[in-house]
Amino acid sequence: MIAQALSRSRERRVLPGFGLSLGISLTFVSLVLLLPLTSLVGQLSQLSWSQYWFLITDPRLLASYAVTLFGAGVAALFNAAFGLLMAWVLVRYEFPGKRLVDALMDLPFALPTAVAGITLATLYSSNGWIGRLLEPLGISVSYTWIGIALAMAFTSIPFVVRTVQPVLEDLPAEVDEAAMTLGASDGHAFRRVILPYLWPALVTGTGLAFVRSLGEFGAVIFIAGGKPYETEITSLMVFVKLQEYDYAGASAVASIVLATSLALLLAINLWQGRFIKRLHGGRG
Amino acid sequence: MSIRISQIDKRYGRTRALEPIDLDIHDGELIGLLGPSGSGKTTLLRIVAGLEQADGGSIHFGDRDVTRVHVRDRRIGFVFQHYALFRHMSVFDNVAFGLTAMPRATRPSSGEIRSRVMQLLEMVRLQDFAQRFPAQLSGGQQQRVSLARALALKPDVLLLDEPFGALDAKVRQELRRWLRHLHEELHFTSLFVTHDQEEALELSDRVVVMSNGRVEQIATPDTLYRQPANQFVFEFLGDVNRLEGDVEDEVLTCGDARVAVPGVENGRQELLLRPHETRLEEQPDTRAHLPVSVTAVVPVGAEVRLELEADWLGEPWLATIGHAEFERLDLKRGRRLFAKPSRLHRFDTPRPQTLAPLATS
Repeated sequence: MIAQALSRSRERRVLPGFGLSLGISLTFVSLVLLLPLTSLVGQLSQLSWSQYWFLITDPRLLASYAVTLFGAGVAALFNAAFGLLMAWVLVRYEFPGKRLVDALMDLPFALPTAVAGITLATLYSSNGWIGRLLEPLGISVSYTWIGIALAMAFTSIPFVVRTVQPVLEDLPAEVDEAAMTLGASDGHAFRRVILPYLWPALVTGTGLAFVRSLGEFGAVIFIAGGKPYETEITSLMVFVKLQEYDYAGASAVASIVLATSLALLLAINLWQGRFIKRLHGGRG
Repeated sequence: MSIRISQIDKRYGRTRALEPIDLDIHDGELIGLLGPSGSGKTTLLRIVAGLEQADGGSIHFGDRDVTRVHVRDRRIGFVFQHYALFRHMSVFDNVAFGLTAMPRATRPSSGEIRSRVMQLLEMVRLQDFAQRFPAQLSGGQQQRVSLARALALKPDVLLLDEPFGALDAKVRQELRRWLRHLHEELHFTSLFVTHDQEEALELSDRVVVMSNGRVEQIATPDTLYRQPANQFVFEFLGDVNRLEGDVEDEVLTCGDARVAVPGVENGRQELLLRPHETRLEEQPDTRAHLPVSVTAVVPVGAEVRLELEADWLGEPWLATIGHAEFERLDLKRGRRLFAKPSRLHRFDTPRPQTLAPLATS
């Protein structure tokens, strides 16, 4: 029956190469994504439900959830504002060195996160370039939630910039102009006309940045210091458990991060699909 | 409200987009800005709207000097070629946008906004589409929404940038007629840009023909067609046939073709004529001997359109003749005949001249 369905769909398809390309894609997805996940589930299966529950509700771990969620939340909000601004500047204005700034936006993706972490830790430590200036003001970045949020924001800013930028480029200048000819103030035009246009991209970008921050490890650990109950993030807990050869425990914590990320990504996708449908007149 | 444009000019870097331009538009007049692309017509319209700044000159709406007034305070309505509707808002919200964007102190109540918007939607015959989104409407409907939106604030002047340019021929025809009616009813002062001669001639009270940032002629459609100020206007307003040759003793010769050109001095001359200004005969006569062969026949519409070629012609001529004439001459492709121009136009003289070579003097 499946073969029948397949052969029927093959008849109707005009684009060539469907079978081959889908086959390769599925193989790739299985090898690179699903296989490691299976081993994770395999590790988990050694635990009973009560053991699993006990592991993931450890108070130290609960505190790390809070730290991670809070840090990622602050980082995502910061990126939403700053990333939108960067995308706006890069699309709407011409200035010397624009290409360079544009290229710099991708640096956090290209830079090994550990390098970013060490750099940030050095800069913001109490005798670092910036830390030294902030110290007299009573602001310490290293070993506090500010440092965690900062590191998370650093590694995830490209998500917002790169999702908002193309949408902003597609926004015809006429739409702004139309709002102005109708007497709208700049603020009103931005809120009612431009922001709704960018909204899906901005939410997606912010969501991706948030999800990325939840799992961030390399960039955060150096600046966070990892004080239990205070600046310990969830991904660090996985690392700690691995060092103690507690593979089942590490898997349990990892499964929480994974489940949260997947659920968020799925939610973003569903929401965006609904929104875009409306813009295209319900025809998807 | 009348519009007075004086000495408006504009450059982009080193290129001159507009030579200093003067134009007076009377209250309630519908003016078409006509020209090929790059003629500066859209630039002029955008300067009047305040979407672009002129380098010099001034613009008055009535007695109000708006030269330095921001676009949002000029009280204009603007219709864009590609509608520029807000895609995420319903038709109702699009039309209501200008009213809801007003500062709280002067903003009408939501009930008033509602009734005003519904009244506008009724005017553009879209009252049943209020809750739809722009993407669910056809191009013609979207442009009507855009017009209703522009009229919502009762603007002093309505500016339209190629309003029908993105629509197909039939819808364009319909919208044109409809805009004409709307203008007769509401009498807004209006300026619209087009590159379509027919559209300009059909809609406008007066047409401003532009090329290369200059005004070539400002006239009523009738005058423009009958008394073009120069060769550019003549050529831009319709199909043109060219006849070039040496004149001696009031006879123009070009290869084995010759035609009487009374009153034309000796030397190399270029004469122009419209497709309907030539007749076809089986025999030449003493005043015109212009052998041509028919290479294409299009018997569609009120007239038959022909393409004529000859070795003395640089580019083929177009001719239109009546259907009766078509049958009398038994026209088909490859038929050899003689053209007899009823009128010839000259533009290289200080004032345009029209000759009638076949008239019995």
